[in-house]
Amino acid sequence: MDLFNNLALGFGVAFTFQNLIYAFIGCLLGTLIGVLPGIGPVATIAMLLPATYALPPIAALIMLAGIYYGAQYGGSTTAILVNLPGESSSVVTVIDGYQMARKGRAGPALAAAGLGSFFAGCIGTLILAAFAVPLTEVAFKFGPAEYFSLMILGLIGAVVLASGSLLKAVAMIVLGLLLGLVGTDVNSGVARFSFDIPELTDGIGFITIAMGVFGYGEIITNLAQPEDKREVFLGKVTGLFPTKQDFKNMLPAVLRGTTIGSILGILPGGGALLAAFAAYTIEKKTKLREGEVPFGQGNIRGVAAPESANNAGAQTSFIPLLTLGIPPNAVMALMVGAMTIHNIQPGPQVMTSNPELFWGLIASMWLGNLMLIILNLPLIGMWIKLLTVPYRWLFPAIVLFCAIGVYSTNNNTFDIWLVGAFGVVGYLWAKLGVEPAPLLLGFILGPMMEENLRRALLLSRGDWSVFVTRGLSASLLAVAAIMLIVVLLPSVKSKREEAFVED
Amino acid sequence: MKIKSSKDFFSGLMFTVVGASFAYGATSYTIGTGARMGPGYFPLLLGVILALLGAAILFKSLVVETPDGEPVGKWAWKPLFFIIAGNLLFGVLLGGLPSIGLPAMGLIAAIFGTTIVVSMAGNEFSFKETIVLSAILSVMSYGAFIMLLKLQFPVWPTFISG
Repeated sequence: MDLFNNLALGFGVAFTFQNLIYAFIGCLLGTLIGVLPGIGPVATIAMLLPATYALPPIAALIMLAGIYYGAQYGGSTTAILVNLPGESSSVVTVIDGYQMARKGRAGPALAAAGLGSFFAGCIGTLILAAFAVPLTEVAFKFGPAEYFSLMILGLIGAVVLASGSLLKAVAMIVLGLLLGLVGTDVNSGVARFSFDIPELTDGIGFITIAMGVFGYGEIITNLAQPEDKREVFLGKVTGLFPTKQDFKNMLPAVLRGTTIGSILGILPGGGALLAAFAAYTIEKKTKLREGEVPFGQGNIRGVAAPESANNAGAQTSFIPLLTLGIPPNAVMALMVGAMTIHNIQPGPQVMTSNPELFWGLIASMWLGNLMLIILNLPLIGMWIKLLTVPYRWLFPAIVLFCAIGVYSTNNNTFDIWLVGAFGVVGYLWAKLGVEPAPLLLGFILGPMMEENLRRALLLSRGDWSVFVTRGLSASLLAVAAIMLIVVLLPSVKSKREEAFVED
Repeated sequence: MKIKSSKDFFSGLMFTVVGASFAYGATSYTIGTGARMGPGYFPLLLGVILALLGAAILFKSLVVETPDGEPVGKWAWKPLFFIIAGNLLFGVLLGGLPSIGLPAMGLIAAIFGTTIVVSMAGNEFSFKETIVLSAILSVMSYGAFIMLLKLQFPVWPTFISG
């Protein structure tokens, strides 16, 4: 089997000393920021991107990927012990996880989250490996028209499945596309919207936008809220292992969560957050067994299902990135940036031109999951200690590392002024209730979309109908249209709003 | 006419203005035709779409009832000011401001300055604690960025290191 040869190649790459170390650093950092509320994977990956310049590309990608799926593990710890989601994808874990901790069952809750995540991570990695080859073959049939339609589908999918106002999200995408066009146009050499500032002719750095909006914007929003008293269950975690009955209850929930997470991760706009929500909703709809605690009062299934789902989703959301070169969510958009920094054009050609990188990354994910289960279960005490670090020490450090990271991308203070400006804008958006994640997707796709539109129309001699006369392109656009129509149906619309206001 | 959702009203306004500005800016570049797109073609198209979306959000904010009028709420001026000021101070101290003849003070001074200013954004501020935090962060940054990653930073003020 080819798959096994490929995986063997991947493990060969991932098992080198250097790559193991970087996978470990990534997982460690991921757990760290997952545990700490108030800083997410987007800001962290943006902060660390400049630091990966010096690394070989494979090591850099292994580390950055580890941060994303590591954060899914860490997030549950905070959710269970502090009643706060450490990560947005652990929002629903808070509901039953914290109740379990209050009843003295923090250990089994943590174990359920950890074991569920591990199982889901393994399955997710396998799916990624299995799907990669066939999807890549499809991708090679794509012309510019298909790519343009695919990006439309990806962007529409991202807003349809995300929370919040649809209209505002679409507007943010378009704004992101526009910001992505700032700088020198590759075809004509004209510096667009650069206001004669030399630094802007290279375009706005996406690290600058990500840090300003996600880093500073979020810190300001956090500080504006009155600090609520955190009740931390310290040193009360005894008896990590779930009982036999717990295992019986957990297993079907883990399986369901993994399935849902894997499917939703592949969809554009999907990923960890949506997967967790969907899995919890479905779990709540299934019948309670005899002697089981109701949901909301500490049911172990309410922890196992969403935690499996968010980890599976985090894993499979690499599929559209690695096979098609289209990022399905904000973190993957940053991964596109990381690949571009190292002169790797994301897309189907990665697998053929850089098989070591492709399979090495996939193999490292499985090893990373193994490291994470060790990091998170036996060493849980370390993370609990970390939860006692007050936020007033954390946010100055985050601001400082953002500033250092931004400066080091170009060794230029101009980027520091720019990140400050985006911080203000990010806070403004938070006040106006506009989600910033779609902006980042649009920003990454802006130049790619223009290029493919230009080529498609050049080939068709300016005839826009090319997008609907070519079968593949037409079906991609049709799916996008159907998604929009379905979400706008009144009955689905109210359900969608309901699904995201879970409490 | 009454605003029924302040949040939507102002975001709609923002999108309309930004979209229109981009569209207007795009007209100063060659637009071209579909078959031969100039540098202004795509931005003009997007700018118009953004302005239209903004107008739709504006319209909705004036027509669709909301229970509480969705107020924008109070601005958190204090964190906003200190976070952004701390960030800007980092740039000024690290790189200096040649336009007013301020020399570069280097990384360590920048870390202390930034940490102190940014810490003031929080609800509790203790000078002693902040100095300790700055010192820890300085050692960590020096170890990670200068020694380990070998990034090119001015570490000490230019008048000392020359």
